[in-house]
Amino acid sequence: MKNITEMLDRSAARFPDKPALRDSATEMTYKTFADTARRIGSFLAGRGITRSPVAIMTGRSVKTPAAMFGCLYGGNFYTVIDTEMPAERIKNIFDTLCPAAVIVSEEYSEKLEQTGYGGFTADYEQAVTSQPDIRLLKETARKAIDTDPAYVLFTSGSTGRPKGAVVSHRSVIAYINWFSKTFGIDENTVFGSQTPFYFSMSVSDVFSTVFTGATIDIIPKELFSFPMKLIEFLNARKVNTVYWVPSALGIIANWRVLDYAELKYIKKVLFAGEVMPVRQLNYWIKKLPKALFANLFGPTETTDICTYYKVDREFSDGESLPIGRHCDNCDVFVVKEDGTEAAPGEEGELYARGSFLALGYYNDPEKTAAAFVQNPLNKSYPETVYKTGDLVKYNEKGELMYITRADFQIKRMGYRIELGEIEAAASAVSGINSCAAVYDRKSDKIVLFCTGKEKDGSVITSELAGRLPDYMMPQKVILISTMPLNANGKIDRRMLAESFGG
Amino acid sequence: MERIIKVLNEINPTVNWEKETDLIGNRILDSLRIVQLVGALNDEFDIKITPMDVVPENFCSAEAIARLVGRLEDE
Repeated sequence: MKNITEMLDRSAARFPDKPALRDSATEMTYKTFADTARRIGSFLAGRGITRSPVAIMTGRSVKTPAAMFGCLYGGNFYTVIDTEMPAERIKNIFDTLCPAAVIVSEEYSEKLEQTGYGGFTADYEQAVTSQPDIRLLKETARKAIDTDPAYVLFTSGSTGRPKGAVVSHRSVIAYINWFSKTFGIDENTVFGSQTPFYFSMSVSDVFSTVFTGATIDIIPKELFSFPMKLIEFLNARKVNTVYWVPSALGIIANWRVLDYAELKYIKKVLFAGEVMPVRQLNYWIKKLPKALFANLFGPTETTDICTYYKVDREFSDGESLPIGRHCDNCDVFVVKEDGTEAAPGEEGELYARGSFLALGYYNDPEKTAAAFVQNPLNKSYPETVYKTGDLVKYNEKGELMYITRADFQIKRMGYRIELGEIEAAASAVSGINSCAAVYDRKSDKIVLFCTGKEKDGSVITSELAGRLPDYMMPQKVILISTMPLNANGKIDRRMLAESFGG
Repeated sequence: MERIIKVLNEINPTVNWEKETDLIGNRILDSLRIVQLVGALNDEFDIKITPMDVVPENFCSAEAIARLVGRLEDE
């Protein structure tokens, strides 16, 4: 396989009438999905738009995967735009990406106008009713090679120039092969998809669905406000596999929703994107004792994941989950500050190498050169590896343990402090649902934000005093009623830091 | 009703809570605000709103919220 579109060709031939994509309103069979995507591909390539960046503004619906594959059939690479983003930020992405076309559905055409975009606009509804040109698509596919880009994924930084990781067909194919094999994804899988299409985690559920002939149910965002409705939805659609951010799993754990309703079909619970609090995980395991639970870890720059851990033992509330071991065709290693490889137990920065690696950042040679570097342990031949910026170490079982972002580690009073360790200790205090530790460089203070039942900051402080050394104690505990989340559903640390003035 | 509006104003003082009849559809109450609101209502009225009560019908308007709170206070 050299092109992602072959995944859809194959599944459409094997399972033409099986549902591939479902949202709250629409169901698309594999046959319709492939047909729709080929029409979009022909529409673009027929207008000379090929080997070019194309932006997609079709929202959280079955239209988006159809448009993604449409771009690929046309020989293009795509960027899915968060349609809820302010127009100004979308414009910033357009300035970097310079799209040759924007595929837009009716409800977002006004938003597109607000960005001031003046290039070619492909109306989704028009593109899907145009005639497919199979000869043109075959010719386009023949010219493509597997190192061509498939998509550019912009990371969620709210200030400055957006950074877009360019990921090739080869990376997605290698990654999806591993993901499907490792977690037993097949035509019987029904994914309940939580993560947005502009977030790297969606690469796993969307493409492993298409690769194996599975079904993906796009969960409407508002269901995460109504936990019982969410459970009803998952049961009605017979969802058996979820791959969510821990904050989304936490909504069900913190509400103790599974005390009131049963999840009838869930067999696999995979999570990534942020640290999974063990107490919430334990609630899930108690309620679904037979399900597979796995902690996945990786940046957008390794397609989605570079290490994983299938939960195989019990953890107590304050403990951290391992991020585990490297995937097939994506190796990892740990380098100390002095440039040598870390021994077990020694801290260092995580590096990744292999087929999952992104090609670099779009229109950004500087940032590319800083992160995609020559393997520091290989002096013999050119080998590009990715410097993740994450600090890790191996535990005594040979599993990788995540420590913190390299730029998240602080030095105070001569000590090296991991804010993540403070959070792990705080999350074990009863009455705390979620927490985030933020360091204010100006005042040299650690501030701990907490949500939960406990209403007295001093109770939390005295509980923590028994668990943390003095130099790690937060100077301030701020109780908030709800933890702010960013567009991807992860804790919005930047907003917290800004609220404190840090 | 006054106490309900007071709690709602703490969440967002710029909304005309008594006039709005589609708080969910108009995205005035999203998942975070609902969690926040439930906590505030539990405290203010000394009630226990369970996940069973957290359905759109009970949160679509200030009136619906007042009905829910009234029912739980009676129980």
